[in-house]
Amino acid sequence: MHTQLFQGNLIRLTALDAARDAETESRWTHDAEFMRALSAEPLRPLAPNIVRQKRETAQKDLKPQHLQFAIRPRAEERLLGVAQLARLDWTNGSAWLTLGIADACERGKGYGGEALRLLVNYAFAELNLQRLVAVTADDNPRAIRFFERAGFVSEVRRRQAIHRDGKRWDAVMLGILREEWSAG
Amino acid sequence: MNCDLLRGERVRLTARNAATDAPLLAQWSYDSEYLRLSDAGPARLYSLAQIQEYLEKESAAENPHAFFFAIRTLAEERVIGDIELDGIRWTHGDAFVGISIGERALWSQGYGSDALRVILRFAFDELNLHRVSLNTFEYNPRAIRAYLKCGFQIEGRQRRALNRNGKRWDVIYMGILRAEWANSAR
Repeated sequence: MHTQLFQGNLIRLTALDAARDAETESRWTHDAEFMRALSAEPLRPLAPNIVRQKRETAQKDLKPQHLQFAIRPRAEERLLGVAQLARLDWTNGSAWLTLGIADACERGKGYGGEALRLLVNYAFAELNLQRLVAVTADDNPRAIRFFERAGFVSEVRRRQAIHRDGKRWDAVMLGILREEWSAG
Repeated sequence: MNCDLLRGERVRLTARNAATDAPLLAQWSYDSEYLRLSDAGPARLYSLAQIQEYLEKESAAENPHAFFFAIRTLAEERVIGDIELDGIRWTHGDAFVGISIGERALWSQGYGSDALRVILRFAFDELNLHRVSLNTFEYNPRAIRAYLKCGFQIEGRQRRALNRNGKRWDVIYMGILRAEWANSAR
């Protein structure tokens, strides 16, 4: 039985370290490209101590509605990105997945793809969920392809729901069912 | 210009009143079909005191991302359900509407559709939103028909997202754009 849920070949999923990761995460909150890929909230730069407080508050909740992960190189401590399973719904067996590799120079190396495989595996093999949702927008075709390559299917297109740079974009919601994961 | 923005043909939208609405919500909650049509979460019961405290906190909070209303009949001034705009994203001009009619005897009589038309006018003419969204459940065809009638379009479905009575059902996403509303429902 394969039980190394958090170890990949290139990367590993770990807990976030609220104190040590705060500088890096604060830097990311100034990066519109990254923050827009993760969230529809307007860009809001946060100082390291605020990022740290938010992470500490989240980590005090031991029965959370969402699980947060750091993505790090397999043999290094530095932070490559973050991932989370939010809106955990146990009766219906679903959660919403978010994942991003922050620095452009770290993209295209397979880190994100491996982190996504680990997280999807964790959701189905450990949490026994039935389905996952990922939300993006058609201003980010890379993200749509990224999730489709991992077996997600485009399910909902909320027309013109995203307004950025003076243009309207559709919000795209993708889903993967437990059966589709097993098949892959 | 319409100066009675919250008034429809059969209902009007008013503030929720914790003291008088809590007993109604408590009574409606015993109807678990009502709960399942309103919410994807598991049916559960709350005491009158819990409901009252929840409603008091809700109105005191003045949540900048939500507006909550009671639906009141024009004829009898009777509270029959509630409706809200929630999850408002001001930068994108998007919000989700949720509605439920608690008084089962009044289902399918046009009260909900009237309340929806009032809240769409509020969303577009008062809040200046660009679109209004909602999600509903495959096992609620009456609601889907009512939303289509009010001008919403189906924008997709989350496959098998609900588990009820051992069966899996889709969650259906719908939306209406400002331009669609201005052309038809107005």
